[in-house]
Amino acid sequence: MDYSQFLFMREELSLLAVILIIFIADLFMSKEPRDGKPAQGSSIGIVACILLGIHTLANLVPFCEDMKIEQTAFGGMYVHTAMMTIVKSVLNVGTLVVFLMANGWLQRAENRVKQGEFYIITLFTVLGMYFMISSGHFLMFFIGLELASVPLAALIAFDKWRYESAEAGAKFILLALFSSALLLYGVSLIYGITGTLYFGQIGAILTGLSDNLLLAVLGLTLFIAGMGFKISLVPFHLWTADTYEGAPTVVTGYLSVVSKGSAAFVLMTVLMKAFADTTLSSQWNIGLFWLIVASITIANIFAIQQKNLKRFMAFSAISQAGYLVLAVMGGTAQGMTALVYYLLVYMVADLGVFAILNVVEQKSGKICMDDYNGLYETNPKLAFLMTLCLFSLAGIPPFAGMFSKFFVFMAAFNAGYQWLVLIALVNTVISLYYYLLIVKAMYINKSDSPVPAFKSDAYTKIALVICIAGVVLAGIIGVAYNYIDTFAYGME
Amino acid sequence: MNFLSIFVAVPLLMLLGLWLVKGQNGIRAVMVAGSTILLIAAAVLTVMFLQERAVNDAEMLFTASFDWIKPLHIKYSVGVDGISVAMLLLSAVIVFTGTFVSWDMNKEYFLWFTLLSAGVFGFFISIDMFTMFMFYEVALIPMYLLIGVWGTGKKEYAAMKLTLMLMGGSAFLMCGIFGIFYGAGGETMNIVDIANQTNGAHAIPVEVQHIWFPLTFAGFGVLGALFPFHTWSPDGHASAPTAVSMLHAGVLMKLGGYGCFRIAMYLMPQGAQDLGWIFLILTGISVVYGAFSACVQTDLKYINAYSSVSHCGLVLFGILMVNQVAATGAVIQMLSHGLTTALFFALIGMIYGRTHTRDIREMSGLMRIMPFLAVCYVIAGLANLGLPGFSGFVAEMTIFVGAFEHADTFHRFLTIAGCTSIVITAVYILRLVGKVLYGTATNEHHLHLTDARWEERFAVICLIFCIAALGTAPLWVSNMIGTGVAPIVDHISSFATNASFNPFF
Repeated sequence: MDYSQFLFMREELSLLAVILIIFIADLFMSKEPRDGKPAQGSSIGIVACILLGIHTLANLVPFCEDMKIEQTAFGGMYVHTAMMTIVKSVLNVGTLVVFLMANGWLQRAENRVKQGEFYIITLFTVLGMYFMISSGHFLMFFIGLELASVPLAALIAFDKWRYESAEAGAKFILLALFSSALLLYGVSLIYGITGTLYFGQIGAILTGLSDNLLLAVLGLTLFIAGMGFKISLVPFHLWTADTYEGAPTVVTGYLSVVSKGSAAFVLMTVLMKAFADTTLSSQWNIGLFWLIVASITIANIFAIQQKNLKRFMAFSAISQAGYLVLAVMGGTAQGMTALVYYLLVYMVADLGVFAILNVVEQKSGKICMDDYNGLYETNPKLAFLMTLCLFSLAGIPPFAGMFSKFFVFMAAFNAGYQWLVLIALVNTVISLYYYLLIVKAMYINKSDSPVPAFKSDAYTKIALVICIAGVVLAGIIGVAYNYIDTFAYGME
Repeated sequence: MNFLSIFVAVPLLMLLGLWLVKGQNGIRAVMVAGSTILLIAAAVLTVMFLQERAVNDAEMLFTASFDWIKPLHIKYSVGVDGISVAMLLLSAVIVFTGTFVSWDMNKEYFLWFTLLSAGVFGFFISIDMFTMFMFYEVALIPMYLLIGVWGTGKKEYAAMKLTLMLMGGSAFLMCGIFGIFYGAGGETMNIVDIANQTNGAHAIPVEVQHIWFPLTFAGFGVLGALFPFHTWSPDGHASAPTAVSMLHAGVLMKLGGYGCFRIAMYLMPQGAQDLGWIFLILTGISVVYGAFSACVQTDLKYINAYSSVSHCGLVLFGILMVNQVAATGAVIQMLSHGLTTALFFALIGMIYGRTHTRDIREMSGLMRIMPFLAVCYVIAGLANLGLPGFSGFVAEMTIFVGAFEHADTFHRFLTIAGCTSIVITAVYILRLVGKVLYGTATNEHHLHLTDARWEERFAVICLIFCIAALGTAPLWVSNMIGTGVAPIVDHISSFATNASFNPFF
């Protein structure tokens, strides 16, 4: 056995090292504030953020030329391409922002004893996503998927004394397992036809398939349904709103971006590799077409009526997932670039919103739309940053959101889905309406009891700086898209 | 760094300056300095352009292009022709006077105001579809906060309606841009390059043009107050703060007409010729309907907003005629309407700031109370109804003469119908002036009001000067615009019409 193939797994290995260091460090670090004063930030939080930052930066440096081409390890179980490094780095940045904004919440008396657990569990789900992204085999994929979703239930129920949090955790684990079962059944059907679980081999066998086609389509449908749960596409989205509302705000942010984004990317790579056959690809394109139309439209209509901002962001996230999957249509290289870029831009904007929701909730306990009335009067800077992030989510230039939407639509248009693009575009106007409702609440509406003026903690500030830098610069500076594009690959 | 990029760079520097300075005087200093630089830059550009045009007959001058997003062929490309120079000059004048009109506003207001003007300037200098579209949207969104926060009346409703309708238009527009880009082979976003990609047939297949032309035209048409997409305009203008009304009616609505001409018609000439008649009928309705609606309004701003619908309808009407004279007239109309409406809104804002009502039934005899404002109002009204000597006359005359050059019944009928708007305009303007300004002052609250302050007088006089200059010496502007219009009109008419698409001619 050639041990050098472990080098291709350097992202996983270094993340595992980070997890172990945090695990050990957590044992020796004091949980209680010194001198009885409430601590600004905990040492374990600083350790986690710094280590994750080092890990992110280290993995962006290509250590040899081979990294640019596709590499496999363990007989094809594990695949590595440069694009995957990019996606993993995007997830890293998202997780880092989540860690930064989690700090204030973890300092509360009821959480202080278990803050190490938060970091470790979160990083384990990231590790699962890594394996899912880099899998070349359905078993590897499934292990990654489970590793990425089971610990999430623990995170969602982190505020376990709170009834909603515990309930959300239970809902999530039940539905996640149900969707995994569906997905597994689909995979078993595919295995029944092809006799293999390697994506590449499945793709080769399914090409030009004439008998058993129906069975393959059924397997494909179940696979997409299972992934639809993870990405929360309509009609598999029913868990989303309740879970997002019940989970701690920090975890909601993590769910809506990192976990969703990785699943969308994996959906694309697996469809492109295992189901590239013309008949099958036309099938999944039709399926995705309707999933996208339903996700974007229905989620938009529901989002308008939400009063609780976490529920609101849940529906916003469902409709954003629709746009994300729009890039999968046709399986083109342009689409892949657009997807990863969209993921990056959506991540910074969405986490920016969640960072503000979180800090306001920590300071005042308020989370409803009406509570944000008059925020501009008391906390003008926060309201301004929130506006930037919301504009980016709605796709308003010069913020990055407009660029990412433009590129996603362009990719889908180029793949031949003009009318889908038109439907999605009309939906952006609806989404603009509900994003503007928050802006209206903050700037225009008057309130008798607005959120009092407060100063955010240093960690939230750093998180916001990262997010706003992304929102403002990722679009105008074209480098990000150009760089991602050099690694993109399409179906043919 | 290209000279044209100054028009984007200066507003960005102004944003930075506004962010840094403290106190009302600092804000004013930044705004006045920035808008003066813009005005000077626009004047210098005009001179440079006229000199360069005499020796260089390339379609776009002062072009520059930088790769931006290379895989998608998106570039930051700038360049100007006669039309864009005229528009830049107009924008600079409106931003300059708008600064003086909104003398007492706070920092956030000016931040969004400057962002809006950055979008407007960027739109007029770009010749890359993506860049253009980006600046277009940059110019739209600040309106929401400007109206929603600093507006009057039912501002929340108006702001939301305006934003959503304009963004709906831009959704169609984005689709149209994709249609053009991929229809033409997906190689370039540069407008001039796409238009010149012809070898016998047009680069974009006719069937594709028939799909995307109506969408693109309607997308820009929303901003150009095309009937029936004009309903945002009265509400929006009525609720907006004064300088925003000025900038919006004066410049932003011109983005619509400019885009229709430059992107929709220029890049899809066959679509424009085959399907233009639908929009021609709609603009005819805009022109007459807007004028009639203005007759029955009682709010000063609503009157002017409907008048804008009518006059902006004339802009689209002129460019859809696809001939040199009418299209030149349409561009002069953009200038003329921009200046006149800005003057109107400025004066209405000043009057409203004193009387605290815009209802014409509650006002009378203002001529005795505030003579300066009243005289200027009369001038604005006369310019608006097209009195010779003011810009409105030149513009409307040119449009109707050009339109009448078409020999067929359809165009002639529409031209005659459009001409009636001049009479109707006279009706509502004269009625309004008689009611509000002349007669005896009956409302005793109004007796002790003061006349305009220095900064208000300055803004108003600047605008009147421009209107009169354009009206008395229109030839140089019209020649300059003509050099920009000619290649576009020639390009469009060089393609044959498919008669089966058009029941009228």
